[in-house]
Amino acid sequence: MARPDGSTRTSATGALPWQLLLPSLAALALLLLPVVGLLVRAPWSTLPQRLGDPAVFEALRLSLLTASAATGCCLLLGTPLAWLLARTDIPGRKALRALVLVPLVLPPVVGGVALLTAFGRRGVAGRWLDEAFGLSLPFTTVGVVVAQTFVALPFLVLAVEGALRSADPRYDDVAATFGASRWQTFVRVTLPLAMPGVASGAVLAWARALGEFGATITFAGSYPGTTRTMPLAVYTALNSDFDAAILLSLVLLVVSVGVLALLRERWTPGVSA
Amino acid sequence: MSAPAPPGRFSDDDGLHAHLHAGQGDFRLAVDLQVEPGRVVAVLGPNGAGKSTVLRVLAGLQPLTAGRVRLSGRTLEDPGAGIRLPAQVRSTGLVPQDSMLFPHLSVLDQVAFGPRHRGSSRTQARAGAGQWLQRTGLSELAERRPAQLSGGQARRVAITRALAAQPQMLLLDEPLAALDVRAVLELRTFLHRHLRDHDGVTVLVTHDAIDAMVLADELIVLDHGSVVQSGPPADVAKRPRSAHVAALVGLNLVRGTADGAAVQVTGAPGAVQVVTAGAHHGDVFCSFAPSAVSLHLTRPTASPRNVWRCIVRGLTPHGDAVRVELGGDLPVLADVTPAAVAALGLRAGLEVWASVKATEVQVYAA
Repeated sequence: MARPDGSTRTSATGALPWQLLLPSLAALALLLLPVVGLLVRAPWSTLPQRLGDPAVFEALRLSLLTASAATGCCLLLGTPLAWLLARTDIPGRKALRALVLVPLVLPPVVGGVALLTAFGRRGVAGRWLDEAFGLSLPFTTVGVVVAQTFVALPFLVLAVEGALRSADPRYDDVAATFGASRWQTFVRVTLPLAMPGVASGAVLAWARALGEFGATITFAGSYPGTTRTMPLAVYTALNSDFDAAILLSLVLLVVSVGVLALLRERWTPGVSA
Repeated sequence: MSAPAPPGRFSDDDGLHAHLHAGQGDFRLAVDLQVEPGRVVAVLGPNGAGKSTVLRVLAGLQPLTAGRVRLSGRTLEDPGAGIRLPAQVRSTGLVPQDSMLFPHLSVLDQVAFGPRHRGSSRTQARAGAGQWLQRTGLSELAERRPAQLSGGQARRVAITRALAAQPQMLLLDEPLAALDVRAVLELRTFLHRHLRDHDGVTVLVTHDAIDAMVLADELIVLDHGSVVQSGPPADVAKRPRSAHVAALVGLNLVRGTADGAAVQVTGAPGAVQVVTAGAHHGDVFCSFAPSAVSLHLTRPTASPRNVWRCIVRGLTPHGDAVRVELGGDLPVLADVTPAAVAALGLRAGLEVWASVKATEVQVYAA
């Protein structure tokens, strides 16, 4: 990569060591070959008519809708939580932080089972929701959003917490001396300072939600139009029509890479390569 | 109330009356401050003396362990009585070290920040900020972001931001530190003008004696968390009471026991005397300017003079002169001309005679 001064990153002299070069090439191959495979095996000839299938559009619409809604939920719930973890000394903060990370290490299917035990019709919270409001989350579109939020939240919390930690707390002090309450300081000073972190956290969360499969299929099932998002549609197609699965995969690939590229360009120009 | 206030020259309902006791870990701060409205107190001292802590406790960013803060007749803090007003309602205007301008706000919005959070509408606050920028000559910078300002400009914006909050107490933390010489000169003039116009209390923290002399009506010298000297700048400068202040104001300071015109220096190796013009008795400080010290290769004979045998430890440029650090009988500083350095062949390790006229030595009780 060329730098502004024209120099390159290989400052040390000598040939690239094969001990580093070979694994790097293998890693690249591992990352790229599946994409190449998709492109090679794609049913190009029947592509236009397959794309016209309303089921494809339906799944894509649902995926974009739920992933965006889940990202919104992550922002609304995760940003305050990140602030609590980064800027306060509440008791049990470390334990809380570890708890937030659980969905990261938990297999999504297990997450889905856990969600059922919590929000299922007979779950700890679900029973109450059902009795009090007649609300049932499993096997609904809202359930999909809940499942996606569950798995994506840690990504947002981690990114925002990191950004809040690196934002100088002395700005908060200055804002306080000028009469700003803690809430006003958060809205007008702390959050704008942490914005790059919030944005990249949101992008990560969106990507994670868009790709969500395990927790969704366990908690929300796979009903066309209401809970069958793109990854679920791919899985369903795989059992009957391999070409359809490839096509859906391609669409998901193009859309997600496209959106990510667009967002990174716009929100985090410093990070995008 | 806790500690009885020392007899002040002004009412308890006016200005700042602060008895500050604070601390963290091993560090203990114990400082009394009385500042009349419209006056500027400079807190001077070396790094780690507790200067910034003074500002933090006054601003309400750090709690007092004991003592009391009263500003314009309002008790801001009194741990004995369980009173501690949060920073938000203290009516302070803080100019922090490094300016700390909000990176995402334009200069205009920085300056509008205080008024905006003290009840003005967005439009009012921005209009007021525009007027303040005009007053401080910064209108041209109104739309800029902090990243587009020079160091000196950023300081001026930070000062304007604090003034625009129309605080009862203006707090400045090293406003002139880490700027280039020209920026310091300009900013000092800027501060001088706008501090004069500020009718609230001003507390200025600095490690630079010149800033303190130029800007302050009163000086408080801190060391290790307590006051070592206070008074009008001219008095403090003329009669330093600690090696630190002496070094800050550029004076030689020795302590000794006076018996008539002769002062027996304490702590000097051997029996060293300082001869003074008047008669004094008991424990005293003697101070004299480095420029009052003359250097000779042979023992000078004229009298009445103080003559000490010294060894040159080092030479450094000091304005138009050369500052000579001397060891030996009495460790002192001497300022001589570059011509004298050449004529005498001064260099580290050279043995010389230092002389000071008795009339050049200031003597005051320790």
